Amino acid sequence: MRFIFKTSYEQDIRLAKHGGHVFWYGLLMLALIAAPFALPEYWLAQLTFVLIYGIAGLGLMLLAGFTGQFSLGHAAFLGVGAYTQAVLTNAGWPFPLAMACAAVLAASVGVVVGLPALRVKGIYLGIATLAFGFIVEEGFARWESVTGGNAGLSVQAPALFGWSIDSSAGFYAICLVTAVLATLGIVNLLRAPIGRAFVAIRDSEISAQSMGINLARYKTLSFALSAALAGVAGALYAHKLQFLSPDQFNILQSIDLLLLVVIGGLGSIHGAFLGAIFLIAMPQLISLSKDWLPDAIGQAPGLQAVVYGAVLIAFVLFEPLGLYGRWLKMRTWLQMFPFYQRGMFKRQKSFQKSDRLK
Amino acid sequence: MQFIQLVISGIAQGCIYGLIALGFVLIYKATETVSFAQGELMMLGAFLGLAGMSMLGFPFWLAVLASIAAMSLFGVLLERVVIRPILGQPAFSIVMLTIGIGYVARGAITMIPGIGTETHTLPVPYKDQVWNLGALVLSAEQMVVIAVTAVLCAGLFAMFRYTRLGIAMQAASQNQLAAYYMGIPVKRLNGLVWGLAAAAAAIAGLLLAPITFVHANMGFIGLKAFPAAVVGGFGSLPGAIVGGLVIGIVESLSGFYLPEGFKDIAAYIVVLIMLMVKPNGLFGEKLRKKV
Repeated sequence: MRFIFKTSYEQDIRLAKHGGHVFWYGLLMLALIAAPFALPEYWLAQLTFVLIYGIAGLGLMLLAGFTGQFSLGHAAFLGVGAYTQAVLTNAGWPFPLAMACAAVLAASVGVVVGLPALRVKGIYLGIATLAFGFIVEEGFARWESVTGGNAGLSVQAPALFGWSIDSSAGFYAICLVTAVLATLGIVNLLRAPIGRAFVAIRDSEISAQSMGINLARYKTLSFALSAALAGVAGALYAHKLQFLSPDQFNILQSIDLLLLVVIGGLGSIHGAFLGAIFLIAMPQLISLSKDWLPDAIGQAPGLQAVVYGAVLIAFVLFEPLGLYGRWLKMRTWLQMFPFYQRGMFKRQKSFQKSDRLK
Repeated sequence: MQFIQLVISGIAQGCIYGLIALGFVLIYKATETVSFAQGELMMLGAFLGLAGMSMLGFPFWLAVLASIAAMSLFGVLLERVVIRPILGQPAFSIVMLTIGIGYVARGAITMIPGIGTETHTLPVPYKDQVWNLGALVLSAEQMVVIAVTAVLCAGLFAMFRYTRLGIAMQAASQNQLAAYYMGIPVKRLNGLVWGLAAAAAAIAGLLLAPITFVHANMGFIGLKAFPAAVVGGFGSLPGAIVGGLVIGIVESLSGFYLPEGFKDIAAYIVVLIMLMVKPNGLFGEKLRKKV
């Protein structure tokens, strides 16, 4: 059991709370930097996908996990970022500039979606974002002069200061740098007044408002930041896939992103990346297990949907804190051995009251 | 004339949306949660009807009754097994849970060899009958949809308005804890509501089956019933039907008069405008909470 004796506020908001943090995150960083030299091509590609989904997940985590506004149309922001990046890169723009544009455009779209969020909440907001997602997807399919419509759009390799990055290791490095910057940015944001305001809104809008937090401003900001991160992830996604079509950004993609944050653990930064690992590893595990199952189950086309659904149900029922919550429990158990008590992480039941009484 | 014809086909389509939206509204009105699995429940209902008719060889009326009864039982069971344990947790958990249920239902149906991946037609007695009314062509399938929807809506409305059960359900939705204190069996009510909603979904599935086809992905139409429920005001039963009609008519008209592509998103544009202008919907109640 580690006790930290805090003597100043500086110490309370420090990013690395103790030496253990520095050591373990440093080790993780080293492993990630060494990955292109140690891993075969295929696994490196999977790791790149984890980083990309992790960035998108960070965005949704900020919105759903920290501000309490949930979005069923996040794939639309991913799509806006991806198409912006594709069009600008094909027009010969340098990579960082195109990605900045993708983020800004996605953020401005996010502000537009955030507008209904000022008037509606809960399920209404979910439906507004859902509707928006459908409209954007249809827009990608119909605006053929720019997006190539359903025929798709191919994306050139990213170009950086005149030299084009077409090796997978180079692209991995870009993703890694972006992911690290995004994570540090979000962690920093969350210990700043803005992040505190987000959390206050999540916990109770009424008390946040009475503490002087401008709900409209912070909710819109949260949507914008979340969409910007999704846009950045979309930009990387476009380069990774090298081919875009509107159906990559449909409702199922939005639900996948939601699945990512719930399974990773709502309200934790780690959760975004743990969820991304889950989302990428799951299809692999399923296809591995196909050889072990009888053909009637293993070869059936619906297997993946059943497994996803069952895992989602299991997490909501038995581990609402997600993968990160599970890790937290295991760590606490080890730290406190043998004094861990079962009820330590139990949440108080909040009896539901009407949302209609605003 | 063409306009009226378009409106009539819009009404029939709108009634389907309204029927599915009824399920949403039922659950929302009584438990203040939203079920994203309603479309999939509808799909299960249609498949059960299909199984009853073509595999077990039931006559039409028996197959319909059997699938409705089976689905309501399934609804009650679903509530008991997965929904009840998370009673008292944020609404978000139930949304994710029902999305999970939808995934499992869709996947499980797809996994049935030989049946799940095919599209089927439901052999109903009124199939392909057409009535000519002047220059209008009314198909029996659409008329049946409209009639059943009207009856079902009236029945449910009366239940919520005049019976003890309906009033207890409304009380439980407004404040679960207070309802407990008043001696209302909230848990049992929730089970009943899920049963009712699943039965409504089964009826919608059986009505929709002759018009489209029975297949594993037919549940996605449920996503269009959300706008219907919102336009009508989420907590209002007649509102669900009216919302469905609005969405259906707008969709059918925009499919004809607007450029291609607008038909698919008309519903969503309507709902976004509605949320901006009048978030409580056409029939939504206006209530304010005092802190």
